[in-house]
Amino acid sequence: MRHIHIKQGRIIDPANDIDRIGSIYISDGKIASVTEAPAGFNADTVIDASNQIVCPGFIDLSVRLREPGQSRKATFKSETQAAASAGVTTMCLQPDTKPVIDTPAVAELIKELAQKANYPQVYPIAALTQKLEGNELSSMLALKETGCIAVSNANQPIRNLLILRRAMEYAASHDLLLIFRPNDYWLGNNGCAHEGAVATRYGLPSIPDAAETIALDQCLELAELTRCRVHFGQISCKRSVIKIHQANKYGLAVSADVAIHQLHLTENDIRPFDSAYHVLPPLRTEADKQYLRQGLASGTISSICSDHQPHDIDAKLGAFPETEPGISSLETLLPLMLKLVSQHAITLAQGIAALSEQPARILKLPSGALTPGFPADVCVFDPELSWQVNAENWRSKGTNTPYWHRTLKGRVTHTLQAGKPIFCLQ
Amino acid sequence: MTDNLQLNAEGKLKHFLTIEGLSKPLLTEILDTAESFVGVSDHQIKKVPLLRGKTIVNLFFENSTRTRTTFELAAKRLSADVLSMSIATSSTSKGESLLDTIRNLESMFVDMFVVRHAISGAAHFIAQHTAPHISVINAGDGQHAHPTQAMLDMFTIRQIKKDFAPLRVAIIGDILHSRVARSQIQALNTLGAAEVRVIAPKTLLPAYVETLGVTVSHSLSEGLQDIDVVIMLRLQKERMTSALLPSESEYFKCFGLTEGKLKIAKPDAIVMHPGPINRGVEIESKVADGPQSVILKQVSNGIAVRMAIMSMAMQPQGAF
Repeated sequence: MRHIHIKQGRIIDPANDIDRIGSIYISDGKIASVTEAPAGFNADTVIDASNQIVCPGFIDLSVRLREPGQSRKATFKSETQAAASAGVTTMCLQPDTKPVIDTPAVAELIKELAQKANYPQVYPIAALTQKLEGNELSSMLALKETGCIAVSNANQPIRNLLILRRAMEYAASHDLLLIFRPNDYWLGNNGCAHEGAVATRYGLPSIPDAAETIALDQCLELAELTRCRVHFGQISCKRSVIKIHQANKYGLAVSADVAIHQLHLTENDIRPFDSAYHVLPPLRTEADKQYLRQGLASGTISSICSDHQPHDIDAKLGAFPETEPGISSLETLLPLMLKLVSQHAITLAQGIAALSEQPARILKLPSGALTPGFPADVCVFDPELSWQVNAENWRSKGTNTPYWHRTLKGRVTHTLQAGKPIFCLQ
Repeated sequence: MTDNLQLNAEGKLKHFLTIEGLSKPLLTEILDTAESFVGVSDHQIKKVPLLRGKTIVNLFFENSTRTRTTFELAAKRLSADVLSMSIATSSTSKGESLLDTIRNLESMFVDMFVVRHAISGAAHFIAQHTAPHISVINAGDGQHAHPTQAMLDMFTIRQIKKDFAPLRVAIIGDILHSRVARSQIQALNTLGAAEVRVIAPKTLLPAYVETLGVTVSHSLSEGLQDIDVVIMLRLQKERMTSALLPSESEYFKCFGLTEGKLKIAKPDAIVMHPGPINRGVEIESKVADGPQSVILKQVSNGIAVRMAIMSMAMQPQGAF
């Protein structure tokens, strides 16, 4: 088995409160030591991490890899390569694949696809309801036993609260985590932009922030009632942050994440009709963005996800409301996190924790830290290295990013998944 | 890309997609040019040879009789060859097919597209993706803009009131769904009207409507005070079934323009409507056909204004 020595890097491991220059020793796919070389350690690979940062591999709570069902948009092969190059070692796959992840067979298929792509750490999220239709419960226990890490109804709102209640009770019975993206079906009104000055000017069907906060409120009440563990995914507005903060304050243990682009972009960026900025939940106001940043800094929002949604060119080629929402965002995840640090919104340790320690905690995974004995999921990156987002540097099949042709700072140089090098910057 | 997409390198009109981002001198130039075309329709030979040899395609993805007809007449009076196409579209038809339609027509050596589409942003999308020598005129996109309608309204207002600076203009009715209202508001603000007031129940106003540069009233009798120009908007029947309004009769009672209500506005106030009119819903016949109404004038001005915009957008675009 391989022995890897990563030397002279600045090790940042928030879970163990480590921030110092030093070495990491990896044996048999696991972290062997972060201090001294273990007795008899003979490195067969040495990675020089001078002037670089060594941290736990990133754990992404929300991705779409487009397989099964939409391989013209992207494939496991293309997207896992994109993930590896972005320092992401674990991904949670949303259940809105085609077919939906509502039977163990589909979950098995996904595990197979991941194995074939040589990237085994893709965790399917099981559909909460059959076909995500919000009518009947999925076979959650069987799905859990096949390796699904949580349950979710993805972007499909559940209109009937009684069904949501039952689903949460059932999930709680099997200690399943519910990942919930709050969005009231009726108030959401098939909108494509934040209900604010920009949507008003451009006559775009709009989504008020109340569509999110009302659904969030309802889910909080049901969490209290059912004792189901709840994690809110892709929070987008100020009042959601306040409500989650209050819930935590009064003893309801719920967690939340935010999609990286919500921390950088606002409704003002979409003009005029640039479909690269069409995302759901929609980009909201500057005040919302600032509140999300504060929520992240204070820990109310514990994690950042990429909310990676690669698309083919045609999906974004049309009048704004007719285009498909989503950004191909794995590869810009690290530089955009570092931008938050350089803008003093969060500390570097907070940023790394939000991408590793915190999602691991939410998912109850023995990873997200450089603790001896843990799988050696490690990311080494150069925080000062600038690169241009272009075809030469891009691995995802989806080029749908508002950052195309922009120059960003911070690039992954090495990624190890369970001790296996899955990426090395040439 | 910004709204300067509409202008060429010399700052001249290339596409006409929205009023937003266009300067007061440019809007004034459109109105002045339209003025020079007013006489053309009175001539025995109702044609000028400005666009002879040019091919204009009217692409109507949404039904319209009046707008299409006036665009067609305007193009013919400029001596262009015109092809009008009504393309039935379902909500599932996506950008690919829109783009494919455009690409196919492009290869038939078209010089200008006049586009009406039910989705906001469709005209921008076409302008961004069409061949560089082609001009795009927005004849209404979703709830976004209807800039030629707004310009013909400005033209009509200027004909009667001469100067925009002292004018208080009320726009009444379904602002939320109205591309006409959005373009009118932008045009009136650019041309320097003293006040643009919108009068409607909250259900028919978009969120943060005041950011468009308007004052807001929810009462017709309050809102009509000191008003020089009254613009009524058409109320679609389906607004009743989507819980935006309780009934036509209640709407008419609150926001319908009657002779009595009109007396609250200034005595020389004019009444406008982009049409088609719902008599007895937003306006009573006595007012629509009354002495203060300029509704038919709007229609005839539509030809001159569209001639102006088409000829300006197709003026020689630099030397190739």
